[in-house]
Amino acid sequence: MSDTDTLVIKQHLIDPEICIRCNTCEATCPVGAITHDDRNYVVDAEKCNLCMACVPPCPTGSIDNWRDVPKANSYGLEEQFSWDSLPAPIEIVAQLNRALVTAAGATTDPDSASAASSVVAPVVTLNAANTGNFSATLPPWSAAHAYTNLYGPKAAEKTITATVTGNVRVTEVGSDYDTHHIVLDFGALPFPLLEGQSIGVIAPGLDASGKPHHARQYSIASPRNGERPGYNNASLTVKRVLEDHAGNAVRGVASNYLCDLAVGERVQVIGPFGASFLMPNHPKSHIVMICTGTGSAPMRAMTEWRRRLRASGKFEGGKLMLFFGARTQEELPYFGPLSNLPKDFIDINFAFSRTANEKKKYVQDAMRERAADLAPLLSDANSFFYVCGLKAMEEGVLFALRDIAQQAGVSWDAIASAMKREGRLHLETY
Amino acid sequence: MQSINYSEKIPNNVNLSEDRTLQRALEGWQPNFIDWWDDIGPDGSTQSDVYLRTAVSVDPQGWAQFGHVKMRDYRWGIFLNPAIEDRKIHFGDHLGENAWNEVPGEYRANLRRIIVTQGDTEPASVEQQRHLGLTAPSMYDLRNLYQINVEEGRHLWAMVYLLQKHFGRDGREEAQALLERRSGDENNPRILGAFNEATPDWLSFFMFTYFTDRDGKFQLCALSESAFDPLARTTKFMLTEEAHHMFVGESGISRILQRTCQVMNELKTDDAQKLRAAGVIDLPTLQRYLNFHFSVTIDLFGADESSNAATFYSSGLKGRYEEGKRNDDHQLRGQFYKVLEVREGRLVEKEVPMLNALNEVLRDDYIKDSIAGVGRWNKVIEKAGIPFQLTAPHKAFHRNIGALAGVKVSPDGRVVNDAEWHANVAHWLPTDQDRAFVGALMGRVVEPGKFANWIAPPAMGINRQAVDFEYIRFN
Repeated sequence: MSDTDTLVIKQHLIDPEICIRCNTCEATCPVGAITHDDRNYVVDAEKCNLCMACVPPCPTGSIDNWRDVPKANSYGLEEQFSWDSLPAPIEIVAQLNRALVTAAGATTDPDSASAASSVVAPVVTLNAANTGNFSATLPPWSAAHAYTNLYGPKAAEKTITATVTGNVRVTEVGSDYDTHHIVLDFGALPFPLLEGQSIGVIAPGLDASGKPHHARQYSIASPRNGERPGYNNASLTVKRVLEDHAGNAVRGVASNYLCDLAVGERVQVIGPFGASFLMPNHPKSHIVMICTGTGSAPMRAMTEWRRRLRASGKFEGGKLMLFFGARTQEELPYFGPLSNLPKDFIDINFAFSRTANEKKKYVQDAMRERAADLAPLLSDANSFFYVCGLKAMEEGVLFALRDIAQQAGVSWDAIASAMKREGRLHLETY
Repeated sequence: MQSINYSEKIPNNVNLSEDRTLQRALEGWQPNFIDWWDDIGPDGSTQSDVYLRTAVSVDPQGWAQFGHVKMRDYRWGIFLNPAIEDRKIHFGDHLGENAWNEVPGEYRANLRRIIVTQGDTEPASVEQQRHLGLTAPSMYDLRNLYQINVEEGRHLWAMVYLLQKHFGRDGREEAQALLERRSGDENNPRILGAFNEATPDWLSFFMFTYFTDRDGKFQLCALSESAFDPLARTTKFMLTEEAHHMFVGESGISRILQRTCQVMNELKTDDAQKLRAAGVIDLPTLQRYLNFHFSVTIDLFGADESSNAATFYSSGLKGRYEEGKRNDDHQLRGQFYKVLEVREGRLVEKEVPMLNALNEVLRDDYIKDSIAGVGRWNKVIEKAGIPFQLTAPHKAFHRNIGALAGVKVSPDGRVVNDAEWHANVAHWLPTDQDRAFVGALMGRVVEPGKFANWIAPPAMGINRQAVDFEYIRFN
């Protein structure tokens, strides 16, 4: 369904019926995506990066509207300026379904009409596959307090300088799949981080239009007390980008910069970012981690924190379940260290989609195989689900969760809304 | 002397813990502020834990921290928006020069006056609203009132910070005097007229927060352009909080309209007496309150021709609304603006130098913004299918300041004689009977999720909480 990604975008909209035109969102937006005329405040879908900075300052709640719309039919500024109220969602569902039919048609066997319809039918029941809407916006109740935006364009200090103290390749040499584990040290400057948070790295130099590069965001792969416990450092998992989503040769600016850094070099960093994709901290809380590729970074961070707690002997953790997908075992970051973790500590399920002579297996396939273990966790208020990886995985994972719930005789709608409300399901995809 | 743990008790980004002079000034002032709060702050609120928004820093996450706190223990902080490096003055005689971080000697008296006048309105509105808690139409609304009260308190702190930090001894004396004047006190009143009027009921409160707090917004916007950088940065951050106050006003009136229209449709009547008997506020009464608050508020912008306004602008102390977004020479010499006067019994426009008319410029920007919201109220009425429209009165109606003071003008902008004025004033402005009726409607409703009969529940709660969330824990 990768074509769906380019067809459907999550669009941020402001409800003109509730908005009082106070301008706080426009004043807050770090990327200048919000503008207004005499009538309405509107969000430019081309510019909005879904950073959520405008949401807490809004006095009315009108800012908090998100719609999945076919990219080709996203609402333009002129259209939004003309609104008295948000357009009816029913119309969007219909549009989306049309888009998904197209997408399904493009990616399934062309002579199999039933295949297309079988893809479309569940979309409707999954509430328009409005995947982003399933993600909680609040952290688990026992999450630690996250500091955010300590450094950035709107903070007192624009950037923090970090020193590279480690840079090792974590995928096997030989393939062109080159992933690095990079350790950054922040010296004496405050940069408190939690597992699940991310930071922004600013590559030096100027882009094609002569402006400084914008910051690229990376999830940290280390736990709260540092990659090396007790040190003011953090690690990143960075894949060297050599081609874009369509397979064209493109050298990723920040990823190549990071992967080529030598120990001792300095890096400009902003952040921290993220206040909801955070782990629970209460005893016996369960964590289900579902990831692909470098989406493993936050999972490594959470796993490592739980491992350190366990080693301390002072914390009674719950279950840890990991579903980790990659094309091949060679491309899987951290494969070696993961395999060495005790089985009674973490329940690891790999899925490889390109292993020679084997059937393609995706993370959602691995999840379905473990339905019997996942179903009780879905309904358990002490279990927390985290999904991180390429955008394309989101839908498959949600379908799998829905089917697992329904097979267990539980209403997916009820479960999904409870998980969202309770901060138990977090999606972070790119 | 009571000592203060600065970083904990007074969240700030002005390096308070290392500024001994400021610490000493605040140590002198803070106990008096608490005394003032105890003495004249919200009535009957001491024991309650209120779900309040507290600013602990100026970034998007930090400035809106929600939690139940006792108002007396509210962490009134001192915040400036982040500095813009090498900021230049962008209007007036000093256009292009570096913005000031210290007060220039020649502008000291005027700047102090501007800051004191702004600062004086903040405690004044807390005093005006102190009894409203006893007649709150819901727990949700009571929480919103308290939020406004503590933020007006914080805005007082913001102005006091500027006075104490930048104006030496007379700044400290002015800071003290801000706690000594009292709204409506004959001997020691608040500086501006509208802040000595009573806010006797919730309809007045919503109208006040819609119209009069919007004056605050425009004054703050004009000050946020100031060449005096600490004032610009302080007021810029205050604007973020001010938005909530206007939200309370706009949505409050919307919800009253929604409820009235609902009852009009249920009873199939527009008869004011029947509607009053049904316990809702009829639309003509709402129009009269609107006329009153609109006209009293536009007086706050000052005389339509003012040499002070010209001085404030040319010297860079106070810009126009959205000065930075305008495309002109930002000096305005030799330019003209139209103001109204009465000649031969008719309202006529006359051209005056733009610099002298800057109060009128700001008033006109304000009127445009106000009217847009009245249009949104009308959408509520229209949606209910009722053929009635609220209108903002003509800007010459019921004025008490400037060239139009005392001139008798109807809401639709006709100059009228005394006889016509007296024959109609009961249709144009709230009467004693109107106020008595609205006053009689007010009764305290504070069970979570319950609302007084005259107002509809809001579309959503505060900070994504449910409408029936326990916003206040009465202890």
